[in-house]
Amino acid sequence: MSHFVLDARYLLCPMPVIRTQNRIAELAPGDTLEVQATDPGALHDIPAWCRVHGHEILETRRDGNNIVITVRVIS
Amino acid sequence: MSIPRSAAVSAPDPAPAAGTPRKAVALISGGLDSMLAAKVMLEQGIHVEGINFYTGFCVEGHTHAIRNHEHAKPKRNNALWTAEQLGIKLHIIEVIEEYKDVVINPKHGYGANLNPCLDCKGFMVRKAREWMEKNGFDFIITGEVLGQRPMSQRRDTMPVVARESGAFDRLLRPLCAKLLPETLPEREGWVDRSKLLDFNGRSRKPQMRLAAQYGFTDYAQPAGGCCFLTNEQYSHKLTDLWTTRGTKQYEIDDIMLLKVGRHLRPRPNFKLIVGRDEGENNFLNGYRKRFTHLHATSHQGPLVLIDGTASEDDLELAARLTARFGKGREAETVTLTVTDAAGNSRELKVAPIPANDIPPEWYL
Repeated sequence: MSHFVLDARYLLCPMPVIRTQNRIAELAPGDTLEVQATDPGALHDIPAWCRVHGHEILETRRDGNNIVITVRVIS
Repeated sequence: MSIPRSAAVSAPDPAPAAGTPRKAVALISGGLDSMLAAKVMLEQGIHVEGINFYTGFCVEGHTHAIRNHEHAKPKRNNALWTAEQLGIKLHIIEVIEEYKDVVINPKHGYGANLNPCLDCKGFMVRKAREWMEKNGFDFIITGEVLGQRPMSQRRDTMPVVARESGAFDRLLRPLCAKLLPETLPEREGWVDRSKLLDFNGRSRKPQMRLAAQYGFTDYAQPAGGCCFLTNEQYSHKLTDLWTTRGTKQYEIDDIMLLKVGRHLRPRPNFKLIVGRDEGENNFLNGYRKRFTHLHATSHQGPLVLIDGTASEDDLELAARLTARFGKGREAETVTLTVTDAAGNSRELKVAPIPANDIPPEWYL
């Protein structure tokens, strides 16, 4: 089980969720992925994408323009 | 054109293991029709997963968030929202580069604007077919309705999509299947044709009735569809970009910027992109390192990007226009900063151009 970081900053939606989806496809169950983004749309899209695919959101943080969403890969 | 029967009619697949449902990949736009089509399949016990394509021209996504007045509305990705309502997975595929050929060289031409609907549908169904084959799915469904769209959803063009995508009879349109020849999933009994629909024409009433029946109350009904290429003003700006550059090409940043701001072309060699509110100014600010840009310092006003090459004369005109769109529009002089893409700034003092001196044809 490993931790990975995805830099999706300065990308406009829906690119952050697409990058998240493509990265998660390469990870194993139990791995965690920390997604960094700046488009506020990511706050909606990434959790919604995780819900429909059954992945778990561990944390969502917003610090000014910087957004960090941590996902645990379920399957 | 006739199709060799061997290519048009798929051989049935071996039956899946007992208790394993057949699998369909559904094109999900985020609109009502594709949502209903997927629901009709789910009701028949088919395993459905959604696929959605990001071409760069999608009205979805960030474009809702840019303008200030739209901040009040909760922003959502309609395709993801649809998938969540249906309880299905959604795969979002970025096709920006591949899609350029569809927009630039559509074999079947454009619709009323720069919308290459027939080529586009063929492209998307082909991508869905590739996805289906790679992921071991059995067939493809769309929310197409016979006669709904003047170009891609006609009796004579629907077979073109099936053929050119290579999907042939693995392409099922649940909302109008009863009006079309039987497809493989129907022939093999994977789905019950008698429970499919016969929607026809431009009326939305049958869809709304079916939505009510399924208990869908909150769904997206975008007036101009979900694609900027069906928009007249957007298409006009894209035509202008191709004409003035002398080449029918685009990059993703070009088509993003066409969605934002007021575009004015006072001279063939440059145009201005004028932010209309704080949201757009912030968006344009992200591009300031790639364009000469102006903003007023003596008054509040927009950020303005210059796309093209501007002479000293042109810059003065650009400055006068920039002043016109700010709070200093009635002032005698407005002070502005002009910064080139390398970051070199200088100050200009100009008189705002009177509104009557802006010919309407400058507005793209």
